[in-house]
Amino acid sequence: MRIALFITCFNDTMFPGTGRAVVTVLERLGHTVDFPQEQTCCGQMHFNTGYRPDAVPLVARFARTFADYDAIVTPSASCAGMVKENHPLLAEEYGHEQLRRDVAGLVPRVHEFTEFLTDVLKVTDVGAHFPHRVSYHPTCHSLRGLRLGDRPQQLLRAVRGIDLVDLPAADSCCGFGGTFAVKNADTSSAMLADKTAGVLATGAEVLCAADNSCLMHIGGGLSRQGSAVRTMHLAEILASTEGDQL
Amino acid sequence: MTSRDAILGRIRAALTDVPSEERPQDVPVPRDYRRSHTGPGQDTVALFAERVADYRATVSRTDRAGLRDAVAVALTRRRARYLALPGGFPMELLPTGSWQWHTEPLDVPALDELDGAITLAAAGIAITGTIVLDTSPGQGRRALTLVPDYHLCIVGADQIADDVPDALARLDPTRPLTFISGPSATSDIELDRVEGVHGPRTLDVIIVEPSVSGH
Amino acid sequence: MSSRGVVWLGSPSFPDAARVALKDDQLRANLKRATGTIRDKRLTVAAELDDWEELRTAAEAIKNRTARHLDHYLVQLEESVTAAGGTVHWASDAAEANRIVTELVQATGEREVVKVKSMATQEIGLNEALAEAGITAYETDLAELIVQLGDDRPSHILVPAIHKNRTEIRDLFRAEMGHWGQPAPEDLTDEPRELAEAARRHLRQKFLTAKVAVSGANFACADTGTVLVVESEGNGRMCLTLPETLITVMGIEKVLPTWSDLEVFLQLLPRSSTGERMNPYTSTWSGTTEGDGPSEFHLVLLDNGRTDTLADPVGRQTLGCIRCSACLNVCPVFERTGGHAYGSVYPGPIGAVLTPQLVGVEQAASLPFASTLCGACYDACPVKINIPEVLAHLRAKVVEAKDGHTVEGLAMKAAGKVLDSPRLLGAAQKAAALGGRALARNGKIGRLPGPLHGWTDTRDTPAPPAESFRTWWRKNRESE
Repeated sequence: MRIALFITCFNDTMFPGTGRAVVTVLERLGHTVDFPQEQTCCGQMHFNTGYRPDAVPLVARFARTFADYDAIVTPSASCAGMVKENHPLLAEEYGHEQLRRDVAGLVPRVHEFTEFLTDVLKVTDVGAHFPHRVSYHPTCHSLRGLRLGDRPQQLLRAVRGIDLVDLPAADSCCGFGGTFAVKNADTSSAMLADKTAGVLATGAEVLCAADNSCLMHIGGGLSRQGSAVRTMHLAEILASTEGDQL
Repeated sequence: MTSRDAILGRIRAALTDVPSEERPQDVPVPRDYRRSHTGPGQDTVALFAERVADYRATVSRTDRAGLRDAVAVALTRRRARYLALPGGFPMELLPTGSWQWHTEPLDVPALDELDGAITLAAAGIAITGTIVLDTSPGQGRRALTLVPDYHLCIVGADQIADDVPDALARLDPTRPLTFISGPSATSDIELDRVEGVHGPRTLDVIIVEPSVSGH
Repeated sequence: MSSRGVVWLGSPSFPDAARVALKDDQLRANLKRATGTIRDKRLTVAAELDDWEELRTAAEAIKNRTARHLDHYLVQLEESVTAAGGTVHWASDAAEANRIVTELVQATGEREVVKVKSMATQEIGLNEALAEAGITAYETDLAELIVQLGDDRPSHILVPAIHKNRTEIRDLFRAEMGHWGQPAPEDLTDEPRELAEAARRHLRQKFLTAKVAVSGANFACADTGTVLVVESEGNGRMCLTLPETLITVMGIEKVLPTWSDLEVFLQLLPRSSTGERMNPYTSTWSGTTEGDGPSEFHLVLLDNGRTDTLADPVGRQTLGCIRCSACLNVCPVFERTGGHAYGSVYPGPIGAVLTPQLVGVEQAASLPFASTLCGACYDACPVKINIPEVLAHLRAKVVEAKDGHTVEGLAMKAAGKVLDSPRLLGAAQKAAALGGRALARNGKIGRLPGPLHGWTDTRDTPAPPAESFRTWWRKNRESE
């Protein structure tokens, strides 16, 4: 199986450690991962902010870059959702016949990282060790977009040493919403305050999720409040082994 | 151009993506929902009784022979003496005693003076605990079961439909229908449910079942 | 006010209105409590039906069938209502609907009407129009009464006074009821039961003497001409039964093909709306009935922007809305800001898509952005309106209307160029890493002035790492 990592522009720039963690886990499971350098961005920011035509070249680039792979894996539920849901829509709205066909052929091969592990590779125990109290925030794109259900929790429960605690009001949005956090900063901050209160109530050392964008938002709020709770992408927990330092 | 023509014209212009040969019935409506949510062999009457009671209405079950007593018990418990009686109500169901039965014509002020109304029903719905009135003989005009503060309703076990689809199929939509699920209520204050607003604040339902004594 | 009325004139944009609302701790507490209560109830009663998804799918399909053949069904409805003794009127916009209703009331010689809660009449500003003609409209739904007594605006589709708690309502009843009729008892407490009782007494005489009622409609069946009002309190029954004249104002999208289609909606609506298996009262009527109820029935079919909504194949699904308000109750934005921030009769997620379509996106440009696209509304919607999809669609229309000539538009263009080039992206990453480090203290960027202050006021941002993933990959994998 030819596996390509789609790192996403956000992770590439801000959270390269998440990409390294995905590579670590997949290589530990015996797979080879490719990173096509022509990849950039899925166009989600443009699409969600109303700049649809500007997202179309990014759809085309994505289709070109990943055409030859059996599986495209991304550690971002929101970008996976963008590709799976909205690339076909954009191709339909603005693209030509060839792009529509390329996108339609590609979409079933695009996988969010946790879903790739549980549904394609059929593993839940990836050999991780992480002796810490952890809470998991199901981001909106994981929960309601991709319908990941409890796949992430299955993976986390199999981690040795982990103390997984439930997040109160887990399914409510953290208030990030991309440009929403800037356009509607006050509402976003109000939602964030409720989310961080929930995190603090768990007594967890680490909050993890399948989207670094939401984690940056929640982590930024925790940090501003002087909390020591760390935010980590779920892949980084799955990549941890005995002897790794938090 | 009338507004009617203008609106219909705008609708047609708005639907240019709909093929001209497409008929309404060509648009698929999947109907693989259940016709009923009752389980196989479930006691529909017991379910109906339980669901009506869930709305804080009082339910009693009796057979034809015990009906008059059941009516007497309900009216006595509610201290209801002056009662509206719909045209066509079977007089043999009324208990003997100090009750006053007021028959039509009854205008609104007259109804407002009464303690309650006693009626039959057109149908019941088990899953939702609903009774339906359709103004047939024995059920009265709609105002009869609305203005007085107490409604005593008699439903035959055979009138109880399993569920909403079945009930709608039994009812005649050309008649004015009133679906009643418990006493009037509101959730308008803090989305907390409170029973008793403008409609009757007390609802009693008597279910009449076939005689079990094997006549 | 535009002839469509939907938007409250002079309303600030959503972010500005939200900022004010968010400072109101009492409002926040009221909303949190109320939406929390109703959410759990809805989940419980929806879970009782193991074919909930099939019902939603059927509802969506019936509404789709109706929308695609709306002209056919409206003509059929007109025929069946007329045959049953009713009179059908067509109103292109709010002004025309108000004129029709006003003239119908004037023809009766009455100066007062009682009203059943109705979104359509809220939308067109009917009460204000009647007042201008010297006619007093009395709202009889408890929450609408609270809003009317407080000279307030509704903030929720189902419970217009959701922003008020019991104590605030008690104070209002004591202060205002006497100006409108029967005053509240001196010793009124804030027990909901007592408040409901005070409303009952206050309105009783009006019900028993009213000659004209105005209502909306939840559904109207084209095949039988049957119109329905779904309610809880019995104020609806009072208005639909006791007066001599009934005038119903109904959005054209409320028509259903057949009576039997109600078997879907009468299961979905109560459970989605108030979290009950069935609402206390549903009244149905077809035209007029000899000796029972109003002798005169008028049905006013209202367009008011609905045909514009219909013309957009993506936005069209919005017309499937049955006004249950489930989307409001699960919306994390609505829960924080309340309904007034939306500046429209239709608040919450459905309002954010419906309002811009009814009045044009330019008139409500901030509403499609008043959402994180979290998708809770889509999951809750009993007719499966994909609200996030329509929001994103409308955002594109807002941008299109501004024609890209905004600071944001230029920035997005520039970002698009960078993001479509691995080389430029790599360069931007290096610049961001350098710039970020210059701004950062202990690896974190704190408060910043300028357009990003809204973000940095409440959040620290990690400084971008020195090495992007693609750089790491080149060093550690491609060189192997």
